[in-house]
Amino acid sequence: MEEDDIVIRVRGLRTQFGAQVVHDGLDLDVYRGEVLGVVGGSGTGKSVLLRAIVGLVRPAAGRIELFGVDPASLSPSELPALRVRYGVLFQDGALFSSLTVVENIQVAMREYLDLPQQLMNQLAALKVAMVGLPADAGAKFPAELSGGMRKRAGLARALALDPEILFLDEPTAGLDPIGAAAFDQLIRDLQQSLGLTVFMVTHDLDSLAAICDRIAVLVDKRVKTGTMADHLRDDHPWIRAYFHGPRARVAIATNQASG
Amino acid sequence: MEVPAAWVRTSAEDGRLIVSVGGAWTVRQAAEIDRSLRDIAPDGARGAVFDLSQLTGFDTAGAWLLRRTLSDLQGRGIATEMRGLAQSYMPLLRVVETAEKETKEHPPLIPNYWVAMVERVGRATLEFGSEARALLAFYGMTIFAYLAVLRRPRALRMVSLVNQIEQSGLNAIPIVCLLSFLIGIVIAYVGADQLRRFGAEIFTVNLLGVIMMREIGVLLAAIMIAGRSGSAYTAQIGTMQVNEENDAMRTLGLDPMDVLVLPRINGLLISLPILAFLSDFAGLLGGAVMATGVLDVTFVQFVQQLKTVLTVDHFLVGMVKAPVFAFIIAIVGCYEGLRVSGSAESVGRMTTKSVVTSIFLVIIADAIFSIIFSAMGV
Repeated sequence: MEEDDIVIRVRGLRTQFGAQVVHDGLDLDVYRGEVLGVVGGSGTGKSVLLRAIVGLVRPAAGRIELFGVDPASLSPSELPALRVRYGVLFQDGALFSSLTVVENIQVAMREYLDLPQQLMNQLAALKVAMVGLPADAGAKFPAELSGGMRKRAGLARALALDPEILFLDEPTAGLDPIGAAAFDQLIRDLQQSLGLTVFMVTHDLDSLAAICDRIAVLVDKRVKTGTMADHLRDDHPWIRAYFHGPRARVAIATNQASG
Repeated sequence: MEVPAAWVRTSAEDGRLIVSVGGAWTVRQAAEIDRSLRDIAPDGARGAVFDLSQLTGFDTAGAWLLRRTLSDLQGRGIATEMRGLAQSYMPLLRVVETAEKETKEHPPLIPNYWVAMVERVGRATLEFGSEARALLAFYGMTIFAYLAVLRRPRALRMVSLVNQIEQSGLNAIPIVCLLSFLIGIVIAYVGADQLRRFGAEIFTVNLLGVIMMREIGVLLAAIMIAGRSGSAYTAQIGTMQVNEENDAMRTLGLDPMDVLVLPRINGLLISLPILAFLSDFAGLLGGAVMATGVLDVTFVQFVQQLKTVLTVDHFLVGMVKAPVFAFIIAIVGCYEGLRVSGSAESVGRMTTKSVVTSIFLVIIADAIFSIIFSAMGV
C-alpha cells in the first residue's frame, strides 16, 4: 500500500478513564476506499476508539493522524477544514431534536459554506433521497421518525458535505434483520459510488461478513487487523470464540452462498 | 486547506453550445458553480455538449448541479450530451440521477407563510381545548383512584408518602421562609413610605398583616412549590415514561396512579398548608424587622397593632386556599409527566408547560376565592 492511501493512522494510542486503561499501545491503519469493521467484546472500547479518532476523547498517549495530519497539532482556525472531510453517524442518529431532518442536514452547510438557501434545500432533498428516505420525511422532526429512519437521516447529515471518511457507530443496532440488511446494502452502495472510506463499529456479524473489507478486532487493549479469513485462522481465544461461534458460522456461510 | 477553484466556459460550434467545465466541482464551490451555470444562455442552439474531461474533483453537489442543468436544457428542447467524464465518477453520477428522479416525483411541500400562521393559531386553539378536557379527565381519574383507595387502604403507600413530604415539604421550608421574609420587608417598606404622607405609618402593620395572611403567604408558597415540586413531578414521571418504566409497572400489576400520583398529591396536600403557615409568619417577621428598624415602632407595639386588626378569619381565608393550590399543582405536575412521550426533549417541554399551567391555574383559583370571600363578606 502507498503511504498516501492511509487515511487514518493510529500509533501507540493509550486511552484511559481514571485508573481504567482502555487501549494501550494500539496501532491501526485504515486505507482509502476500504470498509473497516471494528469488533470486540463489551467494554473493550470500540466506541472509545471511534471517539478518540474523531477527537471526542483525548488520548492519554499516542498519535492519531487523519489524512496525514494530527488534529491535536492544528490550531482552532485550521480544524474546520479537517472536520468537513469526515462525517460521523452516532448510534441512534443523534439528530438535533429541535430541527427538522432537512435543517439537520443543512447545519454543517450553514456553518462552513456560504450557499444560497434554495441550493441548500435542493442539496438536502437530494441527500434525503440518497439515503432512501421518502421525500416528506425531510420536513419531519426526529421524534416523528422511526428508529431506522432516524439512522438514515443521521447518515444523510453525516454525508452533508460529501466527506471522505464515514464513521459509523453500530449502524445496524436496533434494526430488524431486513432493515439491517437494507442499511448494510445502502452503506455499501454509497461507499462504492461516493468512494468513501468507512470505519464501522459493529456487533453485527452479518454486516461484517457482507460489507467489510477488513476487520479490526479489539483484544488485550490493542487491535488485530485482517480479513475474515485471517481471523478464522487466528487462535486467540476470544477471536476463536467470536468467529467460530454458531452465529458467526451462519453469517459467513450465508455471505458465501450469496456472493 | 487550499481549495482549487471550479470554472465553466462556454463557446459555440456549428450551432451547438459547448460547455467545458473543470476544477473541483464540490460542495465548497457549489455557490459559485450554481451562479455560472445559471448564466448559461443557449441562444437558440440546437444542442449542448458538456465537456467534463478537466474535472479534478466531483461530489454529489457537483453531480447534482450538472444533472439539474442538463434537465433544464432538456426541458427547453435542447439535446444534451456529456463527454469525457472520468470512469471513476460514473457511479456517483448514477446515484445522484436516481435520487434526483425521486425528488422530482415527490417535490417537497412548502406551505404558504400566512396559511401556516393561521394553521398554527388553529392548532393551538384546538390543542388548548383538548388539553383542558384531558386535564379534567385526569382529575376524574384521580377522584376514582381515591375512591378505590377507600376500599383498600393498603393502596395508600405510607413510605412513599413520607418521602414526598420530606422532598416537597421539609426541604422547601428554608427557601419558602426566606422568600416570604424578604417580601415582608418589601411590603412594609413600600407601605410605610406611602402611609407616611398621611401620618398613618402605624397602619403599615395592618396592611402587612392582612395581605400576608390572606394572600401573599399562601400564594408565595404555592408559586415556589409549583416551580420546585410541580416541575420535579413532571420531570420524574416523564423520565420514567421515556424509559417505559410506567409501562413496566402496569405489566407488574401496579397502577402508576396509585404508585406515583396519589402519594405526590397526598404529600403536597399535607406539605403546602404547613409551608403556607410558616410562610405567613416569616412574612410577618420580615415586616416586624423592617418596622422596628425604620418606623420607630417597638416589637411589642407591632404585635399589639397586629392584634387589633388580625382575626382568625384572615388566617383561615389564607389557609383554606392551601390544599386547593396543592391539589392543582400536584395534579398538573403528574398529568404533564404522564403525557410525556417519545424523546427526552419532550420531558423538557412538558416540565416547562407544567410550571406555567400550574401557576396560571393557581392564580385563577386565587381570583375565584377572592370573589367568593367578598360575596361571603369575610
